[in-house]
Amino acid sequence: MTGDPGGHADATYLLDAAGPAAPPRDNGELVFAAPWESRAFGLALALHDAGRMDWEDFRQSLIGEIAAWEAAHPSGEGWSYYECWLRSLERVVSAEGLVGAGDLRARQAQLAARPAGHDHGEAGSHGHEHH
Amino acid sequence: MTSPTEHLDPALRVEALASLLAERGLIDEATVETFIKTYEQSVGPMNGAKVVARAWTDPEYRARLLADGTAAIGELGFKGPQGEHMVVLENTPAVHHVVVCTLCSCYPWPVLGLPPSWYKDPAYRSRVVREPRRVLAEFGLELDDSVEIRVYDSSSEVRYMVLPERPAGTENASEEELSALVTRDAMVGVARVTAP
Repeated sequence: MTGDPGGHADATYLLDAAGPAAPPRDNGELVFAAPWESRAFGLALALHDAGRMDWEDFRQSLIGEIAAWEAAHPSGEGWSYYECWLRSLERVVSAEGLVGAGDLRARQAQLAARPAGHDHGEAGSHGHEHH
Repeated sequence: MTSPTEHLDPALRVEALASLLAERGLIDEATVETFIKTYEQSVGPMNGAKVVARAWTDPEYRARLLADGTAAIGELGFKGPQGEHMVVLENTPAVHHVVVCTLCSCYPWPVLGLPPSWYKDPAYRSRVVREPRRVLAEFGLELDDSVEIRVYDSSSEVRYMVLPERPAGTENASEEELSALVTRDAMVGVARVTAP
């Protein structure tokens, strides 16, 4: 046994199969791999905080998404926890009637049709898509 | 039913969802940002490390912590979502505890922050239940065969945190010095705390 945090390296081959899932080296690991992951996280908490989404509903949806993904991907290849999180969120807001699947698809298509180079971070808040 | 839009870039999907929620007044962007910042920067395993160091240095606190984790952790000011029903599992020379959430990713946010990627990984979630000794060994934690390993599965009802053994050679260390030794991994149960 050693106090060397590098001891974790031994475990990376085990948990690394699904991509950037290497065990952390210390307490300071970044908790999100990409900005969209933190946004998806923050949206869920904000919806719950505003009383718009029951956390247990979301959790059950997340459990279902994870189980479905694992059943469809026995090798674990391509695993993304926050993609399951995002799918759960999309389903719950649709089921709760907050944002219907049709409205969501329309907005996605609108954003996807933007010219290349458009700053994704800014879109949706300017209303220019209505011009 | 599978959404036909799942091939889209998740960043775009998040953006679409966020813009509709904001337009409809269902979320406030500032609140979203506050939650992100809070869990990226303010809430993390250092909270749990303080709980552990207090338990190591204050036998009465330790007793309260093991009797009612939520209340004792709340004494230090750590409470909030995913920390409402805390149970603290005490490691001893004979019994080692390790925590998992087999179904999703339940994790005691107020004391440990958000879970690391490996905790959410399907491999950890399934294997640590089936072959904990081997998984712990792969983390670098070789436990003697005489040590009993107990795996605790987190749920919506209960969130677990491990109280690791205080390492030998730290008898004169202050509470603050001790808390600096306690790692997130030790409080999940995939590592031991070692003296500096």
